[in-house]
Amino acid sequence: MPLLKDGQAIDDPWAALPETAPVQDGTTEPALDVDLIVTLDQWRAKREALLQRNGRLGLRLRSDQSPAEIASDLAHFDLIALEFPKFTDGRAYSYARLLRERHGFSGELRAVGNVLRDQLFFMLRCGFDSFEVASHESIAAWHAAISEVTVLYQPAGSGPATGGVLGGPLGRARAVAAE
Amino acid sequence: MYRYDEFDSAFVKQRVTQFRGQVARRLAGELSEDEFKPLRLMNGLYLQLHAYMLRVAIPYGTLSSRQMRKLAHIARTYDRGYGHFTTRQNIQYNWPKLEDVPEILEELAEVEMHAIQTSGNCIRNVTADHFAGASADEIEDPRIYAEIIRQWSSLHPEFSFLPRKFKIAITGAPNDRAAVRLHDIGLQLCRNDAGAVGFEVIVGGGQGRTPIIGTTIRKFLPKAHLLSYLEAILRVYNQLGRRDNLYKARIKILLQQTGAEAFARQVEEEWVHLKDGALTLPAEEIERIEAYFAPPAFEGLPPSDPAFDVRRFEDRDFARWVRSNVAAHKQSGYAIVSISLKPEGEAPGDASAAQMEAVADLAEAYSFDEVLVSHEQNLVLPHVKLSDLPKVWDKLVAFGLATPNIGLVSDIIACPGLDYCNLANARSIPVAQRISQRFRDLNRQHEIGDLKIKISGCINACGHHHVGHIGILGVDKKGEEFYQITLGGSADENAAIGKIVGPAFSYDDVVDAVDSIVDTYLGLRQDNEKFNDTYARVGITPFKEKLYAAA
Repeated sequence: MPLLKDGQAIDDPWAALPETAPVQDGTTEPALDVDLIVTLDQWRAKREALLQRNGRLGLRLRSDQSPAEIASDLAHFDLIALEFPKFTDGRAYSYARLLRERHGFSGELRAVGNVLRDQLFFMLRCGFDSFEVASHESIAAWHAAISEVTVLYQPAGSGPATGGVLGGPLGRARAVAAE
Repeated sequence: MYRYDEFDSAFVKQRVTQFRGQVARRLAGELSEDEFKPLRLMNGLYLQLHAYMLRVAIPYGTLSSRQMRKLAHIARTYDRGYGHFTTRQNIQYNWPKLEDVPEILEELAEVEMHAIQTSGNCIRNVTADHFAGASADEIEDPRIYAEIIRQWSSLHPEFSFLPRKFKIAITGAPNDRAAVRLHDIGLQLCRNDAGAVGFEVIVGGGQGRTPIIGTTIRKFLPKAHLLSYLEAILRVYNQLGRRDNLYKARIKILLQQTGAEAFARQVEEEWVHLKDGALTLPAEEIERIEAYFAPPAFEGLPPSDPAFDVRRFEDRDFARWVRSNVAAHKQSGYAIVSISLKPEGEAPGDASAAQMEAVADLAEAYSFDEVLVSHEQNLVLPHVKLSDLPKVWDKLVAFGLATPNIGLVSDIIACPGLDYCNLANARSIPVAQRISQRFRDLNRQHEIGDLKIKISGCINACGHHHVGHIGILGVDKKGEEFYQITLGGSADENAAIGKIVGPAFSYDDVVDAVDSIVDTYLGLRQDNEKFNDTYARVGITPFKEKLYAAA
């Protein structure tokens, strides 16, 4: 699946830990230095073994798994992937903002699942910075999708409001400068 | 009235351009209907039984005459010459062509209007008291805060994919004309013991198949914290609201399943983190918005007007219209005029292009350029001089807009029903038309007095039947239309859900049933007792006995 990050389509440097793969004492597959994304169940079951590895660790959460459940472990992860089982399931928008704004998570925040071009604008604003997309639309189309609306009425993970009552004189000045 | 600043204009224009692109992709076959659906819904475009339907937002129900003329122009140019005002202070066009919709949105943007968030599982158009800025019982104009909420909720990145649609209503007056106890969030402006103005926050009201009266989760919220508190409520709901069952996804169900106290605690716990943060409203920004809603330049006038009094004395039709359609204004010498969109035998809430233009002209000449739209599907000229009332009435008569029935038995709320809607089980509009024909004697209507009849064509309750004094719900019995009747509902500050009176009536019999209920009421009422007071005193039995006596 194509991965979008920083406005580019890139090869995903991360691998997912297969549900069935054994991780014993850090000595068997997958390799020690692979950057690995694990599920919450895998993390809970194999926490010690996973921490023995040298590679970076990522966590994948389902939309019914709140990051609040694992807030004290966040320091172990360089990436968190939040699932959108359907694009209409919007729980991960709240999770993303909580991770960024409350828990101070500064690693990669990845949107996975039913990630569509027209959701990108909202995802970026909530603090996501990488996107696993099914579509092969051109990168230009994706760029268009996120630049079509520039007036932001609310502060959110990605930055302050630029218009309206919450934009204030400063926000408005910023919006003018950005145009 | 609020006027767009350069950011608001840019925002709406960008959305038009965006949607133009999406429609082009759809027409070119690059998008399937399935892929296009969420995009068009974000712009208020539904696919109905026969055609597309475009729902245009009228934020907090306020229009200038210029905006009203534009709505008329759109009806004439892109539709079949009329529009339908809804129970959420929107207007719907039932017959637009898909390829015309970007052009319609472009025209709307010219007059600071749009169709954003009139559908989909997001925060919908915020509604407000239709006497806002004019009624004597108002603490503050609720539209100041409705506008602030409009801004905050516009393309909110976190709350555009909620478990279900989300409706907020706000009133500035203790007499609730905005049904705040029947919304996902209702806000009631109030004063605390120290005399400061803030909000009572009511959550989890709603109609649909599970009608529930909202619960107050905070008695007093200072103005500065309005948005941070709303964000806390929405954040709790977005994470915990049910997504497994469409019919259990509204916040009212979450509140019931969590328990009101526990839910309020969750909101307060979330709010602790948000309070005093970036969502805090600066006092100068509240004042900036408030200035847009400053009272117009009223003249100092005596509380009565000789010409008005003479006309009322000499012209019984005029006097009758004044009695039902004219309400007291906060300013001496002025009145609030309600324009009925419920003439005998017509579809409730429909207005022709010519009628819209007539109302625009009247607003411009006699009401400081302002028209309000009520959730009861009527229009309001909020600031008319008593001395101008005869002229206003004459013109309304000429355009078929002077039906003297506001709040009376033929002032019926009805959903579009089976004539338009693909969810409906039964027709609503023809039932409303037949009831208004049965009660065509206006003197009899005035004798009956205030009586709210509300009709829904299915359990989704778009016609608000649960809160009608007499509620009528269309049901499907083996492929035939039947109508279940409820009594004693109310949407005001004494909000109540109506009780089912007994077995449903056929399409042919439902009007007789309403007539029987009205007769029972008239026979039992004491003095000037209102329908719900009589009902509360005598109970459902006398109504039932008379209704089912023959059976």
